[in-house]
Amino acid sequence: MVITALLLAPLLLSDFRLGLLGRFLAYAILALGLDLIWGYTGILSLGHGVYFGLGAYCAAMYLKLEATGGKLPEFMGYSGIEQLPFFWQPFRFAWLAFPLAMIVPAALAAMLGYFAFRSRIKGVFFSILSQALALVMVTLFLSQIGLIGGTNGITNFKTIFGHDINDSATQRAFYFLTVATLALTYVLCRWLVHGRFGKLLLAIRDAENRVRFTGYDPVGFKVFVYAISAALAGLAGVLFVLQVGLITPTEMDVPHSIRMVLWVALGGRATLIGPILGTLLVNFGENALSESYPAMWSLMMGVAFLACILFMPRGLMGLVNDANRWIKNRRERSSSTRIAEKSVTSHATTETIENSVV
Amino acid sequence: MNSGALASNLFNALSLGSILLLIALGLAITFGLMRVINMAHGEFIMAGAYATYVTQNFFQSKFPNFIGWYLIASIPFAFCVAALLGWLLEATVIRRLYGRPLDTLLATWGVSLILQQLARTIFGSLGVNVQSPAWLGGNWKLGESLVVPHERVFIMAVALGCLAGMGIFLYYSQVGRRIQAVMQNRDMASCLGISTRKVDALAFSVGSGLAGIAGCALTMLSSIDSNVGTKYIIDSFMVVVLGGVGSLAGAVAGALGMGVLNTVWEYETTASLGRVLTFVCVILFLQWKPQGLVATRSRALD
Repeated sequence: MVITALLLAPLLLSDFRLGLLGRFLAYAILALGLDLIWGYTGILSLGHGVYFGLGAYCAAMYLKLEATGGKLPEFMGYSGIEQLPFFWQPFRFAWLAFPLAMIVPAALAAMLGYFAFRSRIKGVFFSILSQALALVMVTLFLSQIGLIGGTNGITNFKTIFGHDINDSATQRAFYFLTVATLALTYVLCRWLVHGRFGKLLLAIRDAENRVRFTGYDPVGFKVFVYAISAALAGLAGVLFVLQVGLITPTEMDVPHSIRMVLWVALGGRATLIGPILGTLLVNFGENALSESYPAMWSLMMGVAFLACILFMPRGLMGLVNDANRWIKNRRERSSSTRIAEKSVTSHATTETIENSVV
Repeated sequence: MNSGALASNLFNALSLGSILLLIALGLAITFGLMRVINMAHGEFIMAGAYATYVTQNFFQSKFPNFIGWYLIASIPFAFCVAALLGWLLEATVIRRLYGRPLDTLLATWGVSLILQQLARTIFGSLGVNVQSPAWLGGNWKLGESLVVPHERVFIMAVALGCLAGMGIFLYYSQVGRRIQAVMQNRDMASCLGISTRKVDALAFSVGSGLAGIAGCALTMLSSIDSNVGTKYIIDSFMVVVLGGVGSLAGAVAGALGMGVLNTVWEYETTASLGRVLTFVCVILFLQWKPQGLVATRSRALD
């Protein structure tokens, strides 16, 4: 049903709204990845914007080189760089650039994860490190004006595989691509969390030492799932750049990275529908409110964060589950009242027997 | 590095280290005691900075003759404002999230967003300036390349004063010893009749109050806006990670370590690349000592 609605959306929404929805669906891919490590494995990463940004930059570098026809991008010229820097070279080829958009974030995550998890840094300590990573990367990207565009980021793309990137047909194709990718990601995550691997992730979240005592080494699993999550964030970044046509270091910044956690928290961690729901809800809310009351939005975010953590730690999906259970219980109770009345007599007999035993 | 550069680098490292120490002292207590990261710590710094600004305005309008002394008066005021905020935060939010450190982190992040917005509503989104008193305006020229502004020396003095104060408070006063007892073994302390709830509330307010003093000191370095706390806060968290949790020595070691690393790398490379290298150094260091420079010995598994 949801899939049909998403597939029908291009018929109902204006190009602008469709662009927004597409962008938020790309975010939802990242949210699923974040949920894998936070909701299921209990590792809170406050630097997922970095992986998103790296993926986005990889795609942006390819698109930029296609736009300039392999020549130097204009911002390099301003800074007096005369030759294409070595790390731009792979991005002349699509077959290298797009896989790299997932490999680079995954590799960075695996490296940080390996060093952190093997020395058993966990909980808030890891969160601090991931946050510091975001800060460090943003500072680095901001300062490199000549190499990767600095504050302005990379923008002004023209074509992709010969099609005009701003054409509404191309954008529609990107929208469908995003929906398909999200669906695939959902299936992948579902496959990962249902089954032995998923059970192990939950076990690491709830009692890591016990997992260790049972003979598993959690380090490998944690690094693996962290890298997967980063790769998904990179993928989301690619889809973001295709639809927005711009990537700046702001997208990697610490506040933005923590905002991503709210999407998951509000929707419901350790569920797979929740993060998607939360992402769409928060972003559309932000879009509606921040246009008219930018100040209100920041306050609302804070209140939402606080209320969500304090009063509904399981998020919206937790509420939905509770409601479902309540309805089910009521239905069962009303249908079982008659049976219960009949069984009163038999119940009474058991009671007398019990009494006599005592 | 010649001797002049060495001296100025050393001074910069000490100066940065003392700022980080001021902020991390508060964190060392709140984090050391309750194992929660208070993301709103940066906003307590902001509250202290604005408290200094308010004191300055108050002195300007009521006691223009004593304007030089406003900074001294603002230190206890900033402490009280931030401590009150901390007490409120502990009573309303943190107490409810006991045993869920990651959730506390996120909830306090929400609080920090709210406080920032409040500050923007009250004081406007443009930065406000605090004039350093005249007696802090000058500087000492020590040698060729080393100019020591009085403001920086004052910040170092405040940091040292706070460190000494905390040392006496934690290790010699009765309340401080209770805090230590709860830090070391919460269950046992509770069995021996210490009200861990009261200790939590008290320690959290004291830690937050120190953030207020840090804010007061930061007014001398830059203008104050709602983001003044966020500038140093992540580095201060790194100080706690690098230094180790639960002791003042750890906070000092971590602050000096971060100060030296940042300054040296920045001198050798660029400001941004320096931060990357500092981060890499901290990660590599944690491979060797995962619990930080000064680790508290414990047989507990978690």
